[in-house]
Amino acid sequence: MSGETEIRPFRVDIPDEAVADLRRRIAAVRWPGQELVADRSQGVQLATTRELARYWAAEYDWRRCEAKLNALPQFTTQIDGVDIHFIQVKSPHENAMPLIITHGWPGSVIELLEVVGPLTDPTAHGGRAEDAFDLVLPSLPGYGFSGEPAEVGWDPGRIGRAWAVLMDRLGYTRYVAQGGDQGAGVTDAMGREAPEGLAGIHLNFLRDAVAGAHPPAETAAEERAADAIATFRTGGFGYFLEQATRPQTIGYALLDSPVALAAWMLDHDTDSYYKISRAFVDGQPAGGLTRDHILDNITVYWLTGTGASAARSYWEGGRAQVIAAGQGRPEVKLPVGFTTFPDEIFRAPRSWVEQAYPNLTYFHEADRGGHFAAWEEPGLFATEMRAAFTSLR
Amino acid sequence: MSATIENPVDAAAIRPFTIPRVPDAELEALRARIAATRWPDQETVTDESQGVPLAMIQGLARYWATDYDWRRCEAALTALPHFITEIDGLDIHFIHVRSQHEDALPLIVTHGWPGSILEQLKIIDPLTNPTAHGAAASDAFHLVIPSLPGYGYSGKPTATGWDVPRIARAWAVLMERLGYTQYAAQGGDWGGAVSNVMAQQAPPGLLGIHVNFPGTVPADVAKALQAGGPPPAGLSADERRAYDQLNTLFTKRRAYSSLMGTRPQTLTGIADSPVGLAAWLLDHGDSYGQPAAPVTSAVLGHTANGHPAGALTRDDVLDNISLYWLTNTAISAARLYWENKISLYNAADVSLPAAVSAFPGEGYQAPQSWTEQAYHDLIYYHQPDQGGHFAAWEQPQIFSEEVRAGLRPLRK
Repeated sequence: MSGETEIRPFRVDIPDEAVADLRRRIAAVRWPGQELVADRSQGVQLATTRELARYWAAEYDWRRCEAKLNALPQFTTQIDGVDIHFIQVKSPHENAMPLIITHGWPGSVIELLEVVGPLTDPTAHGGRAEDAFDLVLPSLPGYGFSGEPAEVGWDPGRIGRAWAVLMDRLGYTRYVAQGGDQGAGVTDAMGREAPEGLAGIHLNFLRDAVAGAHPPAETAAEERAADAIATFRTGGFGYFLEQATRPQTIGYALLDSPVALAAWMLDHDTDSYYKISRAFVDGQPAGGLTRDHILDNITVYWLTGTGASAARSYWEGGRAQVIAAGQGRPEVKLPVGFTTFPDEIFRAPRSWVEQAYPNLTYFHEADRGGHFAAWEEPGLFATEMRAAFTSLR
Repeated sequence: MSATIENPVDAAAIRPFTIPRVPDAELEALRARIAATRWPDQETVTDESQGVPLAMIQGLARYWATDYDWRRCEAALTALPHFITEIDGLDIHFIHVRSQHEDALPLIVTHGWPGSILEQLKIIDPLTNPTAHGAAASDAFHLVIPSLPGYGYSGKPTATGWDVPRIARAWAVLMERLGYTQYAAQGGDWGGAVSNVMAQQAPPGLLGIHVNFPGTVPADVAKALQAGGPPPAGLSADERRAYDQLNTLFTKRRAYSSLMGTRPQTLTGIADSPVGLAAWLLDHGDSYGQPAAPVTSAVLGHTANGHPAGALTRDDVLDNISLYWLTNTAISAARLYWENKISLYNAADVSLPAAVSAFPGEGYQAPQSWTEQAYHDLIYYHQPDQGGHFAAWEQPQIFSEEVRAGLRPLRK
């Protein structure tokens, strides 16, 4: 029994052949013709993908990323039948608040590496010791270095329960949880289930609004948000629908072609696409979204072969939504913090967040940052975390 | 693929086209890529509800990389008369087979996605040479079988605008250029849409159409489907059944068309991964499943889900996928969805004489009541016993009978 709850140290150790194979596949890529438009309205632009592929094969260095990961304390532990990979960084400060942050799609723990320092060691980053966190950064089941579930049922609720087990196993009796994108779904589920030890949550994404709920569109801010969602659901929803209904179908290309994977992952939303495109084509990274960081993330998906299993999380989410429809969900009674980042798919108005989370104890509209908030603006994200959770200390 | 024409005046000429022989090295490269496929883990369900099942496509890939022989398909294609002509700035490829019966009815037959001219090869002889198939000489056709823009051996558009109405106009130009002053049009899938629009445009020579993918959904039903139900009151049993089929399509099976309709270029990887391409093309469903049941049966080599492959073989399926690969048309073909945000299902509003065959395995089986409302001069309506979305490919005999019977009223 104890073997199953064991926490094992983990190191990333990719064989040379796997890295060489990646380069070979990129070099042998067969390109389709160019899009017939001058923007992203037909999808990921050929020039962007070509430049990304060129840099990936010729200049990108995976070992740098591997070293960065291995410089952090990484572990795996089996929970509910799946090996869960996580980074755990304890703060040097006393009374640091344990915080579990869940990434989303097409992200990974890579998105969060630059917030480790500011959150766990605030005094070295212009912050106060009282604002220190112990950080736990898990890889979602089927993503990154976590194992892939072999059975149906790993919906956000089950993941949230696994996270509660994880925090308990790490000895944390009082902690908070944060998430964006899929991570927001997991964190929301944790908020509703309110496991022993969870003191509060923070989100930077209102998942329900994108997945089909229709919050009111009365104020100007609400109308703008509703329009943005309508635009997304009309023109940018394809990947969501494909992953929610046919993850295995798209999965074959995602496992077999690095360029297929990269193009797929670049097309999450308009803002992040253009930021990534500019990083490669114009040499203009948006904050922490540099060429290397972008490729660190894509390369993790490639080397772990998790394109299909990650897509499957949308299928699980869709299935859970269908099952839950008509069954009420418990409210989130715990304190909730929310940050609206301006370049997210839609700017969640305070009114919508309040409606979803009546016990809203923190709300702020940040100045900068989009869907991958922590990745682009680690300093700003850290500031938000400190401010959001200070009332819970 | 097409010859370079120096003199623009010659562009409108009809030039004989030789199916290019794919170099051995290219076929070797394809086999090597398939053999080097990196596979995902198996789906976590026991059916196709997460996509094309791993075991199915791995089996297909093994055969594709070893014993499958493209040369066989190449030879079959080469044995037919092919041509290219430039219409509206784009090279249009087509097969043109004239019947020995001089007063045969000229017929332009249009494929769809994920199909190609390969779907029509088995109906060429039954339609142009009916007496060899137990049918009457008076039911003979001259056949014109084009590749859609961006598909097969046709050119790939280099600017936006090649929507269905433009294709329909090009087809009318083609028939005129071939000297046909009276003809009919046939199609399923996108070919059905092209045929519908040709009928709406009513070019002087077009007598009527036959479709095996009719657009018949009435506006109130379409609205209810969009909203996710419930269906409007007062639907007959046939209509209710069609409603349920459409509802399944819209809730579970439209991701591929949604993605190609909005982000075709994001699928860039299916030009790079043969198995990725195969999975994408296989994932078109019909009312019996996704992948389409007869396609599944053909690939597996045994009847799956109670729906036999009919005349469809594993080689047929791979011929078609290989054609997409070898012509590198996966993405250019996808762009057709981007160009046309119209629904193929909605009531077509066609006044020219129209014949409709509602095959049982189609995505939805159009009820006669809806068909009569959408096609105002319905000269033929029939529900064949067998056949699905790829009707000509799976059931060439039944399909040919349908086309003969359907268009017979147009003959004088």
